[in-house]
Amino acid sequence: MSVAVTVRHLEKSFGRYPALRDVSLGVDAGELIALLGPSGSGKTTLLRAIAGLEQIDSGEVLFGDVDATKLTLRERRIGFVFQHYALFRHMTVLDNIAFGLRARPRSTRPSSQLIRTRVRELLELVQLDGLEDRYPTQLSGGQRQRVALARALAIEPRVLLLDEPFGALDAKVRKDLRRWLRELHERTKHTTVFVTHDQDEAFELADRVAILSEGKIEQVGTVAEVFNKPSTAFVADFLQATELRSTQNKAHQGSVVWMRRPA
Amino acid sequence: MSDLSINADVAPGATGETPLVKAALISTAVLFLAVFLFLPLIVVFLEGFRKGVGVFMESFADPDTLSAVKLTLLVATIAVSFNAIVGLAASWAIAKHHFKGKNLLLTLIDLPFSISPVISGLVYVLLFGAHGWLGPLLQSQGIQIIFAVPGIVLATILVTFPFVARELIPLMQSQGTSEEEAALSLGASGWQTFMKVTLPNIKWALLYGVLLCNARAMGEFGAVSVVSGHIRGLTNTMPLHIEILYNEYNFVAAFAVATLLASLALVTLVAKSVLERHYAGELNALQRQ
Repeated sequence: MSVAVTVRHLEKSFGRYPALRDVSLGVDAGELIALLGPSGSGKTTLLRAIAGLEQIDSGEVLFGDVDATKLTLRERRIGFVFQHYALFRHMTVLDNIAFGLRARPRSTRPSSQLIRTRVRELLELVQLDGLEDRYPTQLSGGQRQRVALARALAIEPRVLLLDEPFGALDAKVRKDLRRWLRELHERTKHTTVFVTHDQDEAFELADRVAILSEGKIEQVGTVAEVFNKPSTAFVADFLQATELRSTQNKAHQGSVVWMRRPA
Repeated sequence: MSDLSINADVAPGATGETPLVKAALISTAVLFLAVFLFLPLIVVFLEGFRKGVGVFMESFADPDTLSAVKLTLLVATIAVSFNAIVGLAASWAIAKHHFKGKNLLLTLIDLPFSISPVISGLVYVLLFGAHGWLGPLLQSQGIQIIFAVPGIVLATILVTFPFVARELIPLMQSQGTSEEEAALSLGASGWQTFMKVTLPNIKWALLYGVLLCNARAMGEFGAVSVVSGHIRGLTNTMPLHIEILYNEYNFVAAFAVATLLASLALVTLVAKSVLERHYAGELNALQRQ
């Protein structure tokens, strides 16, 4: 079901401001990869370019060996979870999750009975059984996030893309959801790309991490690889901040201190 | 919309007025409203019915009056549908897309609010009139715009254009594009996205804008007066007809037609406040999310 994603020589600029500069990245089928970088590094633009929500100036996006830039959004079949979830505010949880299936052309649309069953299964998967008649405003942040995920999963996406999936949640919920998302990934094995600026999040959740800065990919690798062999000065500097923080955390018994070693 | 600002949780008395000041302020406001709003409205109805219901009804038997009512309804229907569709398209373009000249377009949309309706009418006379820029060309084709129904429709459209767009733009801007993007990413077509996501999110605001637009379209006097030519039974709308009747000292008929126009305004007002209740709820829901 899931496919590998290959990005080659991607270029994108907003006016005169270059957002992506010759970005190449390979994501294996079933892999969970994090795009990590400070704000303005181009990570969300890269995610949106893979999704097809952003027109690219040049370069290639491949799903398996299909050129995705030639596909319409419908044909791409990606599951996108937006930073603020973008749930349809006037629809119930059930209608939100069923949206993608109901929007299909009549020939490929499942029966309404089947759609209901599918929504129930998904609600169970994201542990929200019984909430199908609620509206988004009646849900907590964590619940909304899981509805957004269920809605994205409903169309059986080839690739799952998450934009700052935990950004809008408080720390406690964030930790629980992080673990839960990892378990979900183990079970469903969707090719998943997620964007984050939080290093702990990236390292805890992802198989590999791609570190971006100023529209360029600085390094791609596992946690051990980027820590032991940072390939650029930026990566070394960027990661030290985390390392320093975690040692300080221990020293201060969990009080959060964010420090950057002077360059 | 106005009642939204009252929701602020201010403790009673926090603003510190004495009961005397409060009473003075309230009675000033009530007195003002009574003299300048309610009294004229009551006078319109009293004058209309002064010589009894029979004479009142008789006023509407007049074919010129009937044709004025019909023309007003026709013009309002065309102008309101046009402005609803074009206003929606303009709001969509402004709120959901980035392009050069966006601010200019925003300013242009507001223009009809800031210029005198008489000028809005004159613009069309200059364009399409017998001695206007396009007048001779149109006349040679046998197309009559000024002193005919098309001119009245055009003038009404221009004057009432901002109502729908002004109502929709801020709402659509605050809602952003992420729901539409979500719908598209889930495989919906552009049309499905519009019908199932965009339209339901703006329906109350759209209806509200249409109501205001309609009220103004029916009541428009200045711009229509310039382009209409006041031909009885042909190019007289209700407001113009009222003026003619009044100038002919036919007070009962003038006020009878005025009663009808005022009733339309009252219906609009009631519909508007009902909508406002719905719309405010929806706005609150929006802000919570």
